[in-house]
Amino acid sequence: MSTATTPMVKAESVCKNFGALQVLKGITLEIGRGEVLCMVGPSGSGKSTFLRCINHLEQISAGRLYVDGELIGYKERGNKLHEMSPREAAKQRRDIGMVFQHFNLFPHRTALENIIEAPIHVKGVKKDLAIERARDLLDQVGLSAKADAYPAQLSGGQQQRVAIARALAMNPKLMLFDEPTSALDPELVGEVLEVMKKLAAEGMTMVVVTHEMGFAREVANHLVFMDGGVVVESGPPREVLSNPQHERTKAFLSKVL
Amino acid sequence: MSDVDTSPPATPKAIDAVPLRHPWRWVAAVVIVVLVGLFLYGAATNEAYKWHVFRQYLFNERVLTVGLVNTLQLTIYSMILAVIFGVILAVMRLSPNPIFKATAWVYLWIFRGTPIYVQLVFWGLIPVIYSKIQIGIPWGPTLWHFDLQAISFPFILAILGLALNEAAYMAEIIRAGISSVPEGQTEASIALGMSWGMTMRRTVLPQAMRVIIPPTGNEVISMLKTTSLVTAVPFTLDLFGITSREIAAREFEPVPLLMVASFWYLAITSIAMVGQYYLERYYSRGASRKLTTRQLEALAKAQTTAAAPGGGGEGS
Repeated sequence: MSTATTPMVKAESVCKNFGALQVLKGITLEIGRGEVLCMVGPSGSGKSTFLRCINHLEQISAGRLYVDGELIGYKERGNKLHEMSPREAAKQRRDIGMVFQHFNLFPHRTALENIIEAPIHVKGVKKDLAIERARDLLDQVGLSAKADAYPAQLSGGQQQRVAIARALAMNPKLMLFDEPTSALDPELVGEVLEVMKKLAAEGMTMVVVTHEMGFAREVANHLVFMDGGVVVESGPPREVLSNPQHERTKAFLSKVL
Repeated sequence: MSDVDTSPPATPKAIDAVPLRHPWRWVAAVVIVVLVGLFLYGAATNEAYKWHVFRQYLFNERVLTVGLVNTLQLTIYSMILAVIFGVILAVMRLSPNPIFKATAWVYLWIFRGTPIYVQLVFWGLIPVIYSKIQIGIPWGPTLWHFDLQAISFPFILAILGLALNEAAYMAEIIRAGISSVPEGQTEASIALGMSWGMTMRRTVLPQAMRVIIPPTGNEVISMLKTTSLVTAVPFTLDLFGITSREIAAREFEPVPLLMVASFWYLAITSIAMVGQYYLERYYSRGASRKLTTRQLEALAKAQTTAAAPGGGGEGS
């Protein structure tokens, strides 16, 4: 199915309703391999919901969503879509890493145990290999000294870096970041962004919901501005940020920049 | 506020104040010591306690090898069954399936809404109500049948009765524990590709344990004492049955034999409390940001080296 030219993420008129509430009203976009897409917009604009649809934490209501050429959450048989079993959905999620606003590290496991948890129990990696890889990852995020610390003993920035390492341990082909720095003290934001920049430079495909315009300008290949469940404006970040075309984009950027 | 001293901080001497006195604590202590002393003296000299009978039966073979052993078995077996049923009921109550939800609710309604003593009498009457168990096609041929009246099994009925009642309470405790784990934990596990079952086993239940263990410890201790009601089944070979029904009835000495039973109930409860302490400590790991003594020592040492010239900063 997947070839080098297949986009990593392809959304065709993706809609999401919660009951009568329409949160996504037809999102169409493509993210190429190794690209970084930043999504910005006011709260409630649907950017986090869209992100959660990509790994099927939310089930989409209409449209089609593909990751690496594979339909997410459904199987197409003939002309009919069939809901996926939880087991099949779990298999799809293995290759998609996710980093949350509130880190969601497992509080009863040390940093190292957090990282080896899924490789061992989901993928069946041997324990010593998983530990070796986890130490590598902790080193990459600059936390090799904190392997045995519990999350409650780490600062927010350190917790988020462990969370990134935890997601990377599954060797994902795509990383989703849901406002990864929004819950951090200002002086801790930099260390997390640094790790993300390094990851982008290594060629990881990333979708980042963020309010960090500086990061978006520097790292993203593509910037999407969302409001009211639709993509209002999109393009190279420098252009969108310095020369917004749409009134709503202008109004939003004048408040955050 | 404008005059802030930014010069390096001087280290003043540690405060050496006169501690506050608490005279009423001493008064209360003296009163209580006197009252306890009087009670103990009274108990030691009161003939009705018959301490020599107490001593004679405390380590009586029948009390230990039959009464104590049966009570422990009743407690352990029924608690294990109760926890298993409780997990099933809790998961049913939290399930999106309305049939499961309603079934669990009705179970809880019945078993929490009727007294345990009444339930135990009922279990004793099971062989009367259902004299045979038959497996087959309803209104059709029987494939297998089992005659309940042919065997006597008050011990098993007592365990079932205790366990099914306790399961209702355990279900609520476990449900509260599962609900106490933040949703983000489930989300993070699912995002890592874990199945629902693995998420429960590896992420949710271990964290729920911190909330589940303390009330479960209370339930174990409570169960130990509730086993004295199995006489309703009737099963009479437990600790209370042996001491107060068998021996006390034979010797006409109810008071010292009640003391014997109380002594052993209290002894087991004390051991259970110690076990509960260690279990709680195990499941609370990672719950506090408080550092262990060893971690504090390491940090203090790092601070002294960092303060020395040429020392590094925080080693993060």
